[in-house]
Amino acid sequence: MTVVPIRRLIEAAETAITAHAEELTALDQAIGDGDHGLNMLRGFKAVRESAEEIAGLPFGKALQKAGMTLVMKVGGASGPLYGSLLMAMGKAGEEAPGDATRLAEVVGAGVEAVKARGKSDVGAKTMLDVLAPVQAALAGGAGIAAVRAAADDGLAATEAMRATKGRAAFLGERSVGHLDPGARSSALLVHAVCDVLEEE
Amino acid sequence: MTDTVSIVIVSHSADVAKGAADMVRQMVGEEVRVAFCGGNGDGGLGTDVAAILSAIESVYTPKGVAVLVDLGGAETNSEMAIEMLPEEQGANVRICNAPIVEGAVMAATEAAGGAALAVVCATAEDFQS
Repeated sequence: MTVVPIRRLIEAAETAITAHAEELTALDQAIGDGDHGLNMLRGFKAVRESAEEIAGLPFGKALQKAGMTLVMKVGGASGPLYGSLLMAMGKAGEEAPGDATRLAEVVGAGVEAVKARGKSDVGAKTMLDVLAPVQAALAGGAGIAAVRAAADDGLAATEAMRATKGRAAFLGERSVGHLDPGARSSALLVHAVCDVLEEE
Repeated sequence: MTDTVSIVIVSHSADVAKGAADMVRQMVGEEVRVAFCGGNGDGGLGTDVAAILSAIESVYTPKGVAVLVDLGGAETNSEMAIEMLPEEQGANVRICNAPIVEGAVMAATEAAGGAALAVVCATAEDFQS
């Protein structure tokens, strides 16, 4: 059974969100309601406060518990979206994925849950524009560097997109020219996870 | 009291949620049960799944609960809260795709007459100002 450093993943995720909370808020002020940084901070701080309890759970249950904490604490749409991602991943993988194929399946279940929760898909200027390419890279057997690149390219692509979901959809064409804040937070989290796994 | 559909109002703002509920009570009276919630857990603007869940539970009836929401996250968080109810209860709770204030008043007016949940929601959704 693969041992996943859940506790370090939680700490790395919270550290990344804390370090970039103001940036997320600034991005969200441009095309959303300006609460993404604070909401994510509230959610990930709550997860970190429960890190010991979460890290003591089996892989799948740990993800579900972290996801539920985000759902209950974030206070914006990103709570159910990130929460659904983690809860679906936890349901798909009771035990930590033992290889890249299995990891791609588990992440794939999470991505599908985000699509269903947000009634959205790739190309709508959302977190899916980062998560889906990352999942595709994993499914294609990409190494850590290529996974990071998939996240970065996905994020960069959101700048030219016109939002059709969430608050940014009200802006229509005016949403073009801004990075999507949810895609940015997803890229931050992908990087944080890659950093931890690389150190392992 | 359980022979009418209940109304739940979910806004990003606690003031908007309370104000909408006040309007429903004044215009429709007390026979329809109305719960409301708004704001995140820190008292700022936002919506809180736990608060939505307890608002729904506070007025839940098998006759049904119509939920009125304002913007994006209010809808996503309300969907999440509904899924967290026991399945047989969640089936009796619906989000109305209608403006929050007008929709709440129209839904409550229809509910007061004893209409079923589908009719209550349709009335709110058909409302054109």
